[in-house]
Amino acid sequence: MDSALIPRGVKRCPTWQFALWIGAAGAVLLWGVFAMLLCWFKGLNQTNMNDAYGFALWIWADLAVIALGGGAFFTGFLRYIVGKDELKNIINYAVLIGFICYSSALLILAIDIGQPLRGWFIFWHANVHSMLTEVAFCLTCYFGVLTIEYVPLILENRQIDKVPFFHKLGHNMHEIMAVFAATGAFLSFFHQGSLGGVSGVLFGRPFGYREAIFIWPWTFFLYTWSAAACGPCFTILITKITEKVTGKKLVKQNVIELLAKISGWMIGTYIIAKIIDTWYWAKVTAPAAGFNLMDFYSNNPFYGIWILVLEIVICGVVPAIILTSEKGRKNPAALMTAIILAVLGACVNRWVMVLQVMAVPVLTFENWVMYYPSWQEVATTILPVAYGVILISLSYRYLPIFPQEQELNPEA
Amino acid sequence: MFPFCFEWMWDMSHMVFMGGLWYALTIIGLGMTFCIGKAFYDTFLDKGKDAHHH
Repeated sequence: MDSALIPRGVKRCPTWQFALWIGAAGAVLLWGVFAMLLCWFKGLNQTNMNDAYGFALWIWADLAVIALGGGAFFTGFLRYIVGKDELKNIINYAVLIGFICYSSALLILAIDIGQPLRGWFIFWHANVHSMLTEVAFCLTCYFGVLTIEYVPLILENRQIDKVPFFHKLGHNMHEIMAVFAATGAFLSFFHQGSLGGVSGVLFGRPFGYREAIFIWPWTFFLYTWSAAACGPCFTILITKITEKVTGKKLVKQNVIELLAKISGWMIGTYIIAKIIDTWYWAKVTAPAAGFNLMDFYSNNPFYGIWILVLEIVICGVVPAIILTSEKGRKNPAALMTAIILAVLGACVNRWVMVLQVMAVPVLTFENWVMYYPSWQEVATTILPVAYGVILISLSYRYLPIFPQEQELNPEA
Repeated sequence: MFPFCFEWMWDMSHMVFMGGLWYALTIIGLGMTFCIGKAFYDTFLDKGKDAHHH
């Protein structure tokens, strides 16, 4: 039925099967949309946020998808600025994943602000002393850049490409893509960093507070570094999942290994910086505020020292060792383990810097404050996953996302 | 926010924040204007490159 839209030389599942798949993801999406409408029409009383938790599950999800979507800017930087030509075979998918991550982040923010009709206030009545203002500026601009990077891919659809204007527009956009990629890298550096800076400047919360270079706390640099390190792992992970679901090889192993190797060295250097940061914070910064390390990891039902070990050792040191060794990258099971751990590591880091910061008591008469998200918060956090599945499915079916697919699957 | 808005102040924070925003938007806007304008020009004169690219 839709065969005229499918790229030449590749095989796709029957339309009924595709419709069934989209229908299943669509049902989950509708559940999320229902929860989203509840939040918009009834207000933020639909959530379990309170005076202790002004930031909650949504902000964690926001920070996590932004970190994981960092694969787009870093892969674009490597492809267009550094000149790693092999990455042209995965850049389309990195852009698509980045587009999904950033549009999801903006959607979650639109729910989180409670009054989305006033979303434009942050641009017009900007608080120029807030790192979050800079985040909002860069996030919106970078989403524009990702859209510009994604549009040429849409224009390459078999039917759209027949229109001369669209064909030439796509060609022109490819020609100057390096300019957009450089702009994207610039914007990403600052908004990834400023998201980290938000917890780093909280001098009233010693769990998050860090020393600074000029106005930038260490967390500024650690966030950008970790997004550039773990983002490409997320791109590889989604590529591997897509290959599993479609039953096809879509990207050559040398491309995956190159990205994994770069990511491995980035994780390695990041985790060394993170260990130094943690050590200095535990030995100097926190004691100066009257806290010992174990004050942050005891006397509560959830946050033990295990979470620090999980973040730094299991999800940091281990993937770095695997990905920097050729033997590790060539072993499919080890490679898969390392990229899953790296992705998990970024998510755990954002969790502790958003939620554990809120949970830790600051004053002597305070207790730990635990938080459990409401179903509306969970549903609206799962919403972007369903949206991502649908957009990836549509893009995979109708657009030439993987340049090596035909070569790797000649029987199609 | 523009310099002619009542909230505007000529201080470093406003110039850095808003200057950065307008700088990024200008690059993106000029880039897209060039692409769309050139596509119009090439289509009208039918002299654009037909070779596939990536």
